[in-house]
Amino acid sequence: MTTVDSDTAIPSLAGVASLVSERGTVETPTKVDVRGLSFYYGDMRALEDVSIQIPEKQVTAFIGPSGCGKSTFLRTLNRMNDIIPGVRVTGTVLIDGKDIYGASTDPVTLRQHVGMVFQKSNPFPKSIFENVAYGLRINGLAASKTELADRVETSLRAAALWDEVKDRLSASALALSGGQQQRLCIARALAVEPEVLLMDEPASALDPIATQHIEELVFQLKTNYTIVIVTHNMQQAARVSDRTAFFWLGKLIEFDLTSRMFTAPTAKLTEDYVTGRFG
Amino acid sequence: MTRRQRNHWLDLALHGAGLGATLLGLGVLAALLFDIFSDGFGRISWDFLTSFPSRRAENAGIYAALLGTLWVITLTAMLAVPVGIGAAIYLEEYGGRGRWSRIVEINIANLAGVPSVIYGLLGLGLFVRTLALGRSVIAGAATLALLALPVVILSSREALRAVSPALREASYALGATKWQTIWHQVLPVALPGILTGMILALSRTMGETAPLITIGALTYVPFAPDGIWSPFTVLPIQVFNWVSRPQEAFLANAAAGIIVLLALLLVMNGFAAWLRDRYQH
Amino acid sequence: MSRRRRDFVERVVEWALRACAGVSILVTLGIVSVLAVETFQFFREVSPSEFLFGTVWTPLFFQKSFGVLPLVAGTLLVSAIAMAVAVPAGLLTAVYLSEYAPATVRRVVKPVLEVLAGVPTVVYGYFALLFVTPLLQQVLPGLSGFNALSPGLVMGIMILPMVSSLSEDALHGVPRGLREAAYALGATKMQTTTRVVLPAALSGISAAGILAASRAIGETMIVTIAAGQQPRLTANPLVPVETMTAYIVQVSLGDTPAGTLAYRTIFAVGMLLFVSTFMLNLASNWLRERFREEYA
Repeated sequence: MTTVDSDTAIPSLAGVASLVSERGTVETPTKVDVRGLSFYYGDMRALEDVSIQIPEKQVTAFIGPSGCGKSTFLRTLNRMNDIIPGVRVTGTVLIDGKDIYGASTDPVTLRQHVGMVFQKSNPFPKSIFENVAYGLRINGLAASKTELADRVETSLRAAALWDEVKDRLSASALALSGGQQQRLCIARALAVEPEVLLMDEPASALDPIATQHIEELVFQLKTNYTIVIVTHNMQQAARVSDRTAFFWLGKLIEFDLTSRMFTAPTAKLTEDYVTGRFG
Repeated sequence: MTRRQRNHWLDLALHGAGLGATLLGLGVLAALLFDIFSDGFGRISWDFLTSFPSRRAENAGIYAALLGTLWVITLTAMLAVPVGIGAAIYLEEYGGRGRWSRIVEINIANLAGVPSVIYGLLGLGLFVRTLALGRSVIAGAATLALLALPVVILSSREALRAVSPALREASYALGATKWQTIWHQVLPVALPGILTGMILALSRTMGETAPLITIGALTYVPFAPDGIWSPFTVLPIQVFNWVSRPQEAFLANAAAGIIVLLALLLVMNGFAAWLRDRYQH
Repeated sequence: MSRRRRDFVERVVEWALRACAGVSILVTLGIVSVLAVETFQFFREVSPSEFLFGTVWTPLFFQKSFGVLPLVAGTLLVSAIAMAVAVPAGLLTAVYLSEYAPATVRRVVKPVLEVLAGVPTVVYGYFALLFVTPLLQQVLPGLSGFNALSPGLVMGIMILPMVSSLSEDALHGVPRGLREAAYALGATKMQTTTRVVLPAALSGISAAGILAASRAIGETMIVTIAAGQQPRLTANPLVPVETMTAYIVQVSLGDTPAGTLAYRTIFAVGMLLFVSTFMLNLASNWLRERFREEYA
């Protein structure tokens, strides 16, 4: 795994936006290919016939009003919905061409490859070190104590948290600030070396400074990971993502380069939403 | 008197009656404790704690009963706690809304309301007779374990339910299996709550008399248990035995035995309360 | 760990846990079958109608008679006295704690009341026999040393915390809006409580009362110690009686050999006790569910 050195100069946010628009024109291979996906809670259909191709090593943002199904859709990509009783999925989700709902796919193994960061930071009530080491331990990913320590450090560096916590790795994770906790959750997810990272409104509970840290981190991480981020904040989508998908009432209304979505959307609904006429 | 005044007086009357009823409960508790301490405190001594029962009240002690209680309650815990926690985990984490879980749940709620003397009949028929364990420590502990089981399950479930779902999600999202999630994340967080419930359930069980009399635990045991097959008596039975004697001196022994029993319960409950306070987030 | 081995572990663990949950079913089956087998044997020698409707209970005498009604009467008498204490006092306590008492009082009183429920029943037996009965005898000279009144009163105090805490839950379950509506119309606390809150919480409170009755019927040590051991078909609370539970203990204390008719009587009486408390518990659960649905 490549380390993102936290000392690397971070481009200004204005620079981010311009980079995104340049990058968006380049054809990139598809990482996650969803075809005709519908999702049911009991009899209620929460997602209707969603098809989308999520490009590799880019940031794809899902936007839409609350209850539009964007979080539900995100959770179908690592089968987190499986733990809720009474849900049903139809359609196919291919990751690297392999159907994750196929009979031979094991959801537990899948979740190692498709990591997730939640809306509210949810560190385990253990030490900082143990939080990051947990995924490595249960999956048997570190052969020795030194390897474990190395990989914990690598992950914390990748999540731009190492410098802040390196002297107190055995302190409780719950003592960290909200923004630090969320970066710890990102480090924890990165430790098991996923290829895809799903982020469910990762900054919605954070203050502006902490939010900026997370956004900068997302920008760095896309060098190595395919990132899908759900956000209710359209400015955030505009700042961090290469492509944006707009969901409304369980349907994917429009999916395009972020620059185009916010300047010249095709659908009337998208235009109304991004210009703040509803939502 | 105007209507408004009347309403005011009625309001005061209800307030007063409520206060009176509350004080009734507290007053009786105070009277009970006072009665027992004044009857029995004078009998408490090192000799009383370390002597075997005797036909002469002033020589009698509770050593056999005290050790019997410790033997029985320890074995009860060893039997009821693992099974109870296992059942709670199944119902809370695996059960879902299936029919089997529903049946088990209703069944446990009903078991919690079965009179303890009925558990004694079960123990008599099942452990003492059918399995031929006799009137032994193990038969008594097995009977009390069944009695404690519903309470252990219900309190463990509550502790498990209090664990945030976000913690489970976080673990699953890292590629943990269900059991890994439960073992590494859910159980450690639920443990203080589970332990608190456990201690409370065991302290309630420790005060039980009827089921053990029903399985035929002896009331006069002049020796300490030397193993799980040994005949035994427990503190509440010893107290009952003394209460049933007409002589004044034995009644004082009963009161003193009660003081020892209450002291044990107080220690257990105090420990449970300390655990709860210490780990309450 | 390979996926196959991991899945195997998962499956084994799930089955082990399921088995733990199954133990509770086995307990119920065990209770029912132990009681049923011995009761069946009992009914081969004594007809069910003689058992259920006979008015003389002397199974341990030379002249044997197996009419369970005296034990039932003793049980009902003591339980009725207990309920007469526990239900009004428990309900008033609940009303006081949930509607009137300041928060600090509630915080102190509630755990102390819980202590009442945690005192071993043999202690209450001692208290009834050696404190309450002598005290009552000063007022009621006709009171025997063993009687239904004293254990009934003490049992009432014992189940009071259960009634008050379940009733309080029911009162808390009544939506705040109902209360506010009454206050907004100018009602006093007392009017709001008796005309709005109590009726709304009725099913929850009834559930508490029924559970209390079940507990009273099944309570053993207080009556064994303080009510006596004389099966008697009477409603007089001043004389010795025997309850179903006390009879079971009485026989267990003696050395009655297994397989005899006298031995089987305790299972027949136990069956009757089990069925009646079971019905009461079911009724209580049903009422509580209904209460929950009303205000869900």
